[in-house]
Amino acid sequence: MQARGLVKRFGDREALRGVSFEAQAGELVAVIGPNGAGKTTLLSILAGIQGADGGEVETGDGAVGWVPQQAALYRRLTVEENLMLFARLEKHEDPGRSVAEMLELTGLGDRRGEIVARLSGGNQQRINIAIGLLSRPGVLLLDEPSVGLDPRQRARLWDFVAGLAGRGTTVIFSTHDIQEAERYGNRMLVLADGEALFDGSADELREAVRTEAPEAADRDFETAFVAYLHHRGH
Amino acid sequence: MRWLLLKDLQILRRSPLQAVLLVAYPVLIAVLVGLAVSRGPEKPRVALLNEVPTNARVSLSGKKLPSANVQRRICAKVECVHVGSRDEAMAKVESGDVLAALILPEDLVNKINSLSTLSPGTPKVEVLVNESDPLKASMVDDKIEALLAQANLTLAKRIAVEGGRYLNLVIRGGNLPVLGGGVHILGLQASAHILEAIEPALPNGPLKVALSQVTEFAKQAGENLDIAGPLINRLAQPITVEKVAVGGSSPPLETFAIAVAATLTLAFVAVLLVAGSLALEREENAFPRLTRGLVSSEALLGEKVLLGIVVGLVVTILMLAGLTIFVPLEWSRVGLWLAAIVVGGASLAAAGSALGAAAREVRAVSLLAFMVTLPVAFLSLVPAGTVGRGLYDVIKVITALFPFKPALEAMTSALEAGNGGIGAPLLHLAILAVAYALIARLALRRFTRV
Repeated sequence: MQARGLVKRFGDREALRGVSFEAQAGELVAVIGPNGAGKTTLLSILAGIQGADGGEVETGDGAVGWVPQQAALYRRLTVEENLMLFARLEKHEDPGRSVAEMLELTGLGDRRGEIVARLSGGNQQRINIAIGLLSRPGVLLLDEPSVGLDPRQRARLWDFVAGLAGRGTTVIFSTHDIQEAERYGNRMLVLADGEALFDGSADELREAVRTEAPEAADRDFETAFVAYLHHRGH
Repeated sequence: MRWLLLKDLQILRRSPLQAVLLVAYPVLIAVLVGLAVSRGPEKPRVALLNEVPTNARVSLSGKKLPSANVQRRICAKVECVHVGSRDEAMAKVESGDVLAALILPEDLVNKINSLSTLSPGTPKVEVLVNESDPLKASMVDDKIEALLAQANLTLAKRIAVEGGRYLNLVIRGGNLPVLGGGVHILGLQASAHILEAIEPALPNGPLKVALSQVTEFAKQAGENLDIAGPLINRLAQPITVEKVAVGGSSPPLETFAIAVAATLTLAFVAVLLVAGSLALEREENAFPRLTRGLVSSEALLGEKVLLGIVVGLVVTILMLAGLTIFVPLEWSRVGLWLAAIVVGGASLAAAGSALGAAAREVRAVSLLAFMVTLPVAFLSLVPAGTVGRGLYDVIKVITALFPFKPALEAMTSALEAGNGGIGAPLLHLAILAVAYALIARLALRRFTRV
């Protein structure tokens, strides 16, 4: 997936200012930045939910799966009914088989008949992701997927996502948890006030922090990152 | 679209309260309307204290008129609760057991009889009413005034008949019954004949001239007083009413009541369900996922309108079927019912989708749907002439902009022949459906913001 010079305006406010980046097959790209940096806007443009005011996006072959920050599913339907609905809407030849695959992938086969509202936040998020995967996408966009999950649920989620990337799916996820981005992302795209400040690996980001904010280089990564943003005027 | 429709019906099934309300509401409305239209209005309970002696009669020139049965007439109009004293009557009014108390005093007939004497009294009846409820007080005033007007009219007619009889006796002569016997009255016409016969026998002179004048008076009085008879009769009821219907045909009350119940049910089901269902797509964050290539916004709106039509159709037909227990309906016109329900449902559902798209949150949408539907339904029932012209014009515009009134007109036409054509309201509904669908489509743009 490739994005070049993406610009998005909401009235007078510029949410994205010429953001460019590239993600390879099987890569896990973390989009990080403070609240209001433009992470969700970037992912929604990549997903085609909203159009950009400038720039372009190339997705290559294959569908783009999108998993919004808040679970986009019907809480009064069962796990299976949700998956079946979206499989049918995706016009799968054999929706039943696709649902069975997703239930196996998410490990929710034994809870297929449960009403989604009664599931934990972590399990709801797994269904949310499973729905995003129904189109068998080459690129999966995850908007802050671990928000609201406890540590155990987060670990299971990231194991699941890492498994997808291992099978060749490009995963681009947004987060404001710097440790999570460092731990699970192969690459990091740092956004602040709609501007792309950095694009590289976690080690390269540490190096950039050391260069631009040397007084914070020896402290924990999050503190150093905040100092880096401050030095860059954010 | 069918999978989305199936999904919405599954969600509806999973919301027991909503599903029960959707079924229970029309059944309740059907039972209430059915009972209301199949039974006559209940008579108000009125305490009656009749202190007039049973043998008392209104008399004219010493002759007693036959009983006018005023008490029976009163009790035909209200449910009479006979009481023995004024205190008892007052206690019943105060306790709310009766709406009012009517006291016919002992001297009522004597006072009426005094009207034809040189010292006329003022006949009075006493009405006790509990005015703590202004609506009830107004109703009692109207009812009692109507009863007394009717009693006065009955009395006046009887007096007029007797007056006419006496006048006839004066003109034509006859026997006047007095104290069990009779007195022969010559009458003006016979007097004139006698005087005419005597006149030639008199010598010319002042006496003959005077007799000629008296004869002429008797002749003229006899001839001209004839026309006083009908006049006396007219005095009892000088104005009669002749009702001529010009323009418009009003449906029978029970048909109109059924149409109101059916349209109200359809409106609430279609507007609330569609508005809530569309807002739910936003609340569940499903809208962006759905419209990201799976379904278009237009198709989603179409599905919601279809949902409103399907559920509205089932519930409204269920309600009409329930009403047939109480009131016979013309099932042969079921095709027109379906047309009215489907087009009305589509228009109301489109309005619901516009509300759902505008408000976005299910709770806000439910409140908004009630706030819009209920007053518009109420305004649609305001008849012309009951409010000022300017205000009625405003009401006409408001009710024309919402599908309730045309849906009510279509339903009224569909239920029974002779209630106006169904074409115009259906066209009105179709135009509103398109307009609201466009508004909903524009409002849906706000849904895509993430």
